[in-house]
Formats: sequence, structure tokens, C-alpha cells
Amino acid sequence: MDMKRDYYEDVRLLTSKTTAVWLTVFIISVIAYPFLAPNYHIYLVNLMAVNVIVALGLNILVGYTGQISLGHAGFLAIGAYATILLITKLSFPFLIAILLGGLIAAGFGFLLGLPALRLEGPYLAIATLGFGMAVTQLIGRIPLFGGHMGLQAPALEIGPILVKGDRGIYVVIMIFAILMTFAARNIIRTRVGRAFTAIRDSDIAAEALGVNIAYYKTLAFALSAFYTGIAGGLLAFVLGFINPHAFDLILSIMFLIMVLVGGPGSILGSIIGAVLITFLNVKLEAVQSIPVLGDLLRAFSIEYMSLSGLPNFSNVLLGLLLILIVVFQRMGLYGIWVRMKIYWKTWPF
Amino acid sequence: MLTQLIITGISIGSIYALMALAMAIIYKTSEVPNFAQGEMAMVSTFAAYLLQVSFNVPVGYALAGALLFAVILGMLVEFLFLRRATDPSAVDLVVITIGVQLMLQGLAGWKFGSEQKEFSFPVLDSDTISISGVIISHLNILTIVTSLSLMLLLFLFFKYTRLGIAMQATQQNEMAARINGIPTNRIKSITWGISSFIGAAAGILLAPVATLDPYLMWDPLIKGFAAAVLGGMTSLIGAVLGGYMLGIIENLFGAYISLEFKSVVAFLVIVLALWFRPSGLFSKHYERKV
Repeated sequence: MDMKRDYYEDVRLLTSKTTAVWLTVFIISVIAYPFLAPNYHIYLVNLMAVNVIVALGLNILVGYTGQISLGHAGFLAIGAYATILLITKLSFPFLIAILLGGLIAAGFGFLLGLPALRLEGPYLAIATLGFGMAVTQLIGRIPLFGGHMGLQAPALEIGPILVKGDRGIYVVIMIFAILMTFAARNIIRTRVGRAFTAIRDSDIAAEALGVNIAYYKTLAFALSAFYTGIAGGLLAFVLGFINPHAFDLILSIMFLIMVLVGGPGSILGSIIGAVLITFLNVKLEAVQSIPVLGDLLRAFSIEYMSLSGLPNFSNVLLGLLLILIVVFQRMGLYGIWVRMKIYWKTWPF
Repeated sequence: MLTQLIITGISIGSIYALMALAMAIIYKTSEVPNFAQGEMAMVSTFAAYLLQVSFNVPVGYALAGALLFAVILGMLVEFLFLRRATDPSAVDLVVITIGVQLMLQGLAGWKFGSEQKEFSFPVLDSDTISISGVIISHLNILTIVTSLSLMLLLFLFFKYTRLGIAMQATQQNEMAARINGIPTNRIKSITWGISSFIGAAAGILLAPVATLDPYLMWDPLIKGFAAAVLGGMTSLIGAVLGGYMLGIIENLFGAYISLEFKSVVAFLVIVLALWFRPSGLFSKHYERKV
């Protein structure tokens, strides 16, 4: 099953008729969604789509190139602040500002990639973590960036069109998200993407085959940061208001959870992970209002824990989920999906 | 002035040093950078608080109870989560400890809320003595003495006891250690217990100065990690010296250059140090071979 017979079959955008059908259904539902759903749900989907872009970017770095980053909230902050400031202070048009925001983030990604060339495992983790912390600390203390108070996002204008409300932003974000998903999928299947996976599987072997490790590792960092920077620019308009506290270490960890739960080294996995974790995060923040479970937890909290601390329950659950995924299902939810597919395709054998 | 700054730097550095030491011994035996270290210490400190406030246990017994709790917690974390991973990569192990960190943080937040608690401790930060113009509090002295003596004890332990040598063997080559009859799983559990004990000591010494809340150990964890990386994760002396250096540099930078950016300087130092010595200042750098 799924055997590739030649190179062109491997690089084709749509691998089978089934994929084409499902993709059409998906795109139609994306278009129909804003006409059917209430406002708050649109906001939620916007948030999910932004996280999908970040998860794709982080997956390029973590899942495909095999590096680790605990500083992606920093890139997100850089993208968000750069986009807003370019629009408000230098009155750039939105599209140029957001692309420049992505490129500035990519520049920082390149800089972070340089020490990463020599670092592995825990050393890389602490370097990226330090980067993320430093970015928010610096932003919080520089008056140009609004200090701890943060910045207000300007009105979103694309050419002559004024984009208004969650529905308007939905259109912009979906275009970005879909384009960037296809871009990620294609990058992975080019020379560059194959170099990334070669580095992940064995950097020494890759180097022996002539892959320029320094070039591709820094490229992976820059590319990943570019994705995250663009997502940051979009996030600024989704939230309407940004401050440095929104970009803390927990957020970087959430991104890592999205990639690992969804499936490292898989485009579909990034999407599943980002959507699921965003949903869980938003739902669990108001865990009391979930039927049955909410009541049980409230009773338990009053008896043994504290009611004011109940929102922390989401961390307990996400932490446990993360451990379970790493211990039992290293390929994430995508791995489960693939196993199910193989099981049914080969069924009764 | 300068001496005073250095002394205060050393006393905050002692907390970093203890955290660094705790992380370094885990890294030394199982090559896991333990992101849950801070939360393990925080939960243990809360255990001391709970024993005092809810069960009215005298301070001394409460602290001893908390340290015992820390040992059990460390061993449990290793047994329940780390050991379950089959053939884990370095990143997998990091991620598991991050998961444990989230869980412990969530549990502590759930139990105690985020309001800050008063933590009573027999040695006070407000009692000070002055040695030729340099003022130092009793608590700071206790912190410095604790970190130095724990470091010395651990150094002797690793060098001269059977258990310590077994731990070193486990780190260097787990397979070979097991073939030679070392129960590596048990060794790892014990390491986590000791490490958690040291972390808890840091938490208990910090809680009277800072405020006790679920975020108590955030900063010390990251600084301690930075210190351990600075000194080299596999060198105990390096980790402790890294902690002191970081404390002093941070304090001097805060006083002479910019108080605003004091907390950023730690990361600048790390990046620079790693740029020149990728395995830290005090440990040997091994190039990986095919």
C-alpha cells in the first residue's frame, strides 16, 4: 500500500483521489464556516489557525530537523511587535509589514541558530529558553514597545479594504494558514526538506553525504522563526492587544506540546495538535462550566483542593497528556491515525 | 561596597548553586536535564508549609518531613514517568520532565491557589551581623554554608562510596554498568531522590526571603539550569562555581550597569560562555564519534 513508484509520485501535491476529495470538502467547509458559526467560535478558530502556523514552523525545527526549541514564544512576540510597530510608526501597508515581521523573526532565528550549531540536547534547550525569556524581558522594559502595558493593534487595512471583526480577520488568517500549510508541505519534499530529515536521522551521516550542516541547521531555525513571526503578526490582530506577559515560557511549552501530541515530523500532525491543544486550553480554562466533569471537579476541589485554584487543572491534564504521548505513542496522534489506516487497508490480515 | 555586592551575590548564588547541583547529579547519572527540578522543590517547600500550618507540626520536624517527602517525590517521579519510556531520545526525556513540571505546577496551583503564603523559618533574614563593614544576614550565612557543605558531601560521596561510584558507572556506560551487576534502575531512583532533596533544601532556604507561591522556583530553576550549563552539566564543582559566578555577575551588573536588565544578563553570559566552550567552563568537551 501507498508504495511510491517514482520520484514524481513522491513530489505530487495530491497523492490520491481520496486526498483530493477530502481536501475539497475541507476547503468548502472553511469557506462556509463564517456564515454558519457564532462570533465567539470564529474567534476560537482564528486562534487555532494562528497556532497551526506556529506548530508547522516548530515542527519543521523539532519534528523534521530534530532540534529543540523552548523559545518560540519569543519569535511570536517579535513577529507581533514588529508588525504592529511597522504599521503604526512607519505606516507600512499590512501585507508588507507582516512579511517584514516574519523576516525580522527569521533574522533572530538565524542568530539563534548560530550557537545552536555547536549545542546539543540540554545546552540547546537552555539557550533557546534563555532567548525566549530575554525577548519578553527586554520588550517589557523598552518604552517604544509599550513596556508592560503593551500595544494596541491598529485597524487592519489591506489596500483599500478595511477588514473588520472576527469574520474579516478569519478570511485573512485562513488564506495565510492554507498557503503556509502547502508551502510547508512542499518545502519538506524538496532538497531542503530532505536535508532537514537527513540531519535529524543522523547528522554525521548527512555531513558525510555532503549536506552542509551549518547552512541547513541555521536555515531550519530561520524558516521556523519566519513561520512563527508571521503567526505573531496575525495573532496581534486576533487579540487586538498584545503585552509581553502573553508570550511567556508556558506558551513556548504549549507549542512544543502541540507538535509532540499532534505528531512530530508530520504536517497533518501539526494541524491536529494545534487545533486540539488550543481547544483543550480554552475549554479547560473554564473547566467548571463543562457538564458532569465540572461538577465533579468542583466538589473535589472544595473537599481536598481549593476552588480558586481550579483553573490550574488544565496544566495537570496537559502535563499528563504530554507524558503519556511521549511514553506510549511517540508519533503522536498522527501515528495512531496511520496505524488505524494500515489496519483497515490490510484488514482481514 | 564592592565586597558587599559580592557577598549578596554569593548568597543568592548559593540558591542557584544548589539548584545547579541538583540538576547536575541527575544529568550525571541519567543524562536528563530535569526541568521539573524547580517544581519538585516548590512542592516540597509547600509540604513543609502544610505540615506547619494544617497539622501544627513543630518547625524542625516539619522541615525534616519536607526533606523526606522530597526524597520520596524524586524517586516516585523517576519510577512513574522516566522509567516508563522505552529507548528514549534526549529530547523525549526533556519533554517528560517538562510534562512533570506542568503537572506539579498545576497540582500546587490547584491546592494552594496563587495567593502568596507566609513561610516561617527559625533563622531570620532580618537578623544580621556585620564583619568589617560588610553586612550579612543569618539566613544568608546558613544558605552559603548549606550549599558548600552539600557540595563537599556530594563530592566525597561520588568519589569514595560504593553507591557514588556505581552512579558514575551508570552515567558513563549504562549497559556496561548493568553487566557488571549494578542495578542501574535503582541507582537512578536513588539519584533522583538525592537530587530532589538538594532542590528542596534550596526551596526551603529561599521561601523565607521570597514569597511562597506556585511560582516560587521559576527563576531559581532557570538560573540554576543556566549555572549548571555554564559550569558544565557533568561537573559538580563546575555547577556550584557556575551558580556563584552567575549570582555575583548578576549583582554587579545590576549595581553598576543597569538594574532594569539584571535578569537578562544571565542568558547573555550563558550564550557567550557556550559559544566559546560548548560543554561549559569546567567539564571536558567530548566530540561525538561515529
